[in-house]
Amino acid sequence: MDEVLLRSLTPSVVAILVRRGADFAAAEDAVQDALVEAVRVWPTDPSAGPSNRGNPMRDPKGWLVTVAWRRFLDATRADAARRRREDLFDEQPAPGPAPAVDDTLQLYFLCAHPSLTPSSAVALTLRAVGGLNTRQIAQAYLVPEATMAQRISRAKRTVSGVRFDQPGDVATVLRVLYLVFNEGYSGDVDLAAEAIRLTRQLAAAIDHPEVAGLLALMLLHHARRAARTAPDGSLVPLAEQDRGRWDTKVIAEGVEILQAALARDRLGEFQAQAAIAALHADAPTAQETDWVQIVEWYDELTRLTDNPIVRLNRAVAVGEADGPRAGLAALAALDDSSPSSSSMGYPLPRHAAVAAYLHERDGDLATAARLYAEAAQKAPNLAERDHLTRQAARLNARR
Amino acid sequence: MAKYLLLKHYRGAPAPVNDVPMDQWTPQEISAHVQYMNDFAARLEGTGEFVDGQALAPEGTFVRYDGEGRPPVTDGPFAETKDLIAGWMVIDVDSYERAVELAGELSAAPGAGGQPIHEWLEVRPFLAAPPTITE
Repeated sequence: MDEVLLRSLTPSVVAILVRRGADFAAAEDAVQDALVEAVRVWPTDPSAGPSNRGNPMRDPKGWLVTVAWRRFLDATRADAARRRREDLFDEQPAPGPAPAVDDTLQLYFLCAHPSLTPSSAVALTLRAVGGLNTRQIAQAYLVPEATMAQRISRAKRTVSGVRFDQPGDVATVLRVLYLVFNEGYSGDVDLAAEAIRLTRQLAAAIDHPEVAGLLALMLLHHARRAARTAPDGSLVPLAEQDRGRWDTKVIAEGVEILQAALARDRLGEFQAQAAIAALHADAPTAQETDWVQIVEWYDELTRLTDNPIVRLNRAVAVGEADGPRAGLAALAALDDSSPSSSSMGYPLPRHAAVAAYLHERDGDLATAARLYAEAAQKAPNLAERDHLTRQAARLNARR
Repeated sequence: MAKYLLLKHYRGAPAPVNDVPMDQWTPQEISAHVQYMNDFAARLEGTGEFVDGQALAPEGTFVRYDGEGRPPVTDGPFAETKDLIAGWMVIDVDSYERAVELAGELSAAPGAGGQPIHEWLEVRPFLAAPPTITE
């Protein structure tokens, strides 16, 4: 039994139940029950007993629809009996053949609906589109299962009045998938891989250059994952990574998807970010990085989305392309206390780290050491804090 | 999606507005306070923002390594220790602003006279997992 195959069927099965008249929340619960049932009864070896009548492996989706619909009817009957409204389920339409139209896309829109907070949208997407159960999602985000269950049921209530057949905004879906990819803890559920799977599935359902751009961006970063951390868990900066450990197959796929998207001439922020990642991936050594082109892409990104993090990263690229003095000048144009960067309760966290790096390259080791120590104090995560503290210690030992 | 610690101090925080020690409240006022705290935690469970809440006994012992093969040295409690943690709540919220809003509500727990204590709670962000995309 292939768990990922099973989970990949989740959104279309939920959508079929909704098309047949189930409300989204009940349909989603019924499909979760069917997934549990599938894990319990499906043969672990697909070749086992192919002659069995009703072998789910012949038509896994049909099997899930049948079981989920039965669960939905049972739940509705129980509900109806409780409320003594027997006529309710009699009006349910009889199960028909699965519709040809695939509503997977509608489910992405619903789970990323703008009325949801980011954390609710992430949780609902992972459950209703990803087919993960509440316990897995709770573990992935290090919160109690009861908390995650409440977050999901509140999210379902929030979208209960949303019409299922209305087109949504792809941009909101992409933001949710980006969050799943970028801000996951590394627990039992590989959220980065799950985000890639869901983005791939979305790209198959809708032809949109930014969906392709995000998929390329994820692949290009995922390809470097093995090289990003040392065996002791410490961060390895891009310039010091062993590029032999980058996954060239995944890089090639990312580059190909990106090139096809860019050829459409509808540039967006994810394509621009992916282009920067592709230029890094393309350099055989850190010294051979095409920083001039990277600066040009950062200029595009600034034009598309003028946020302080982009301008901070641009200052790093300028420092590499035109020298540390030019980088420091670009940095000086950035106010590190800009309000849009304070959502974590920090001023722009990496401002001091970038300044430290540029000062070190400029030969001012005393300033660099002081700024590295300051940056460590502001680091939003432990791995970065340790890395920055080590940089400060390295420079202090040399003076 | 970030975790914050709401930290309550026995000592070390600035004085609250309604600064009457708990042992001088009426039993009803203590019950009302405890009820407020429980209701607050239950409400956060309902919104999907609750992670953990714990209270600590005020007396602690300092412990340190004393060399190979020797039992650890213990000392204290020290009555003069400036900062003393009473307990905490861990929340998982969408923004720093939301964390501050919730800390403000928690600080309104009733004390003497049934009036809000206005006690100072410390809000500390957790160090998160490193993001994948940095450049």
